[in-house]
Amino acid sequence: MSAVQDPIKIHTPLTTEQALQLKAGDQVLITGTLYTGRDAAHKRFAETLARGEALPVDLNGQIIYYVGPSPAKPGQVIGSAGPTTATRMDSYTPQLLELGLRGMIGKGKRSDAVREALKKHGAVYFGSIGGLGALLAKCIKKSEVVAYADLGAEAVHRLEVEDFPAVVLCDAHGGDLYSSAVKEWALAE
Amino acid sequence: MREIPVATIRDAVAELCRIANFELPQDFVTALRVAQTKETSPRGLRTLQLLDQNQELARTEQVPSCQDTGFVIVFADVGAEVKVIGGELEEAIQAGVGKGYKQNYLRASMVEDPLFNRTNTGNNTPAMTHYEFEPGDHLHLTLVVKGGGSENSTKLYMLTPAQGAEGVKKAVVEAVRMAGPNACPPVVVCVGVGGTADKAMLIAKKASLREVGAAHPDERIAQFERELLEEVNATGVGPQGYGGRVTALAVHVETFPTHIASLPVAVNLQCHAVRRASVTI
Repeated sequence: MSAVQDPIKIHTPLTTEQALQLKAGDQVLITGTLYTGRDAAHKRFAETLARGEALPVDLNGQIIYYVGPSPAKPGQVIGSAGPTTATRMDSYTPQLLELGLRGMIGKGKRSDAVREALKKHGAVYFGSIGGLGALLAKCIKKSEVVAYADLGAEAVHRLEVEDFPAVVLCDAHGGDLYSSAVKEWALAE
Repeated sequence: MREIPVATIRDAVAELCRIANFELPQDFVTALRVAQTKETSPRGLRTLQLLDQNQELARTEQVPSCQDTGFVIVFADVGAEVKVIGGELEEAIQAGVGKGYKQNYLRASMVEDPLFNRTNTGNNTPAMTHYEFEPGDHLHLTLVVKGGGSENSTKLYMLTPAQGAEGVKKAVVEAVRMAGPNACPPVVVCVGVGGTADKAMLIAKKASLREVGAAHPDERIAQFERELLEEVNATGVGPQGYGGRVTALAVHVETFPTHIASLPVAVNLQCHAVRRASVTI
């Protein structure tokens, strides 16, 4: 039986040493800065890098949260803000890890290429719960758009989060919670 | 004829957008509570508990339960004695979605063109609309909000009649397993069997309108649904793919007559954010 342990508190930016200590299945509470980015922002990142230009934000040691928040109501920091499916960002991810990106938060499976790149660069893929947008927004204390404002919900935001709950899905050693959990809980092949 | 002004329809649709996104239906909440009594995986149980807190928070604070406020799909049952005045029914529905999304701070997620111009339309229109005509003087509207992650997990299988019910089971379990965490389990597995490819897909979508876990009125199909649910939950995918007993809250199967050569099977996974609301005007 997989008991759920007490969460590990981590702060961003994340060092390689800290990333290497995390294991698939670890519960974490993240405090610090997160950058948002999803499909459209990743496409622009790739186009920018292809032109040999620098990205609008320095991702070294940082964590990208795959989220397109709903608009904030008056008085809110941010609207609902749960994770989107990471799989769609797979083709863009290895080159961002090459630039020092240390972590990503999303939901859903990652490609073999991404998991290999996590090992190569000592980085981590965290999962937060899809469809938990109202509750997760409570951990977000500040939000500002720092790039690609024209993309609206898909713009790159800098978020300040406190005790943002996540679980390590893919660690820097090849561990993958999705595959180990299904093996543990499956009743049939 | 009974006259219904377009403004009445527009405002009713706008209100359905609010209800669907902020207040998950009671039948889903009940199913989520039952799931908590069945889940033995600690991680899975914790996930279900958090989802329950989340839906409560969304309802009390009137915020979207999920930031992906989705595609909007509207099923309109139009009474033959209804006359829409001041414009067209389709226009009224689209205007209602635009209004509902703007005034409730719901995320606009639709792009103008899938290939050549992926610019956001800004108000989440167009909604997908389906019309059925029936006797009477009422207009019945059901609005569904569907997230991209679960819709992207949809599968269509064109089986042979020889593959039969066992083939359908294999296809459904494979679809759920392949989707894994991406469809945001616990899901409601919505299956359309029969018709043409497009008809199978439409009845699969309509299967999501049924109250979560309500059995099909045909006992043979109801039994088939129970067997499928057991097989789907034996995969071990569990809530959010974190491992566990509750991969699906329910399996809903709808059928339609089909061709002598065909056995179409559409599998449309409904994520745990079951968002639907109805009104009769």
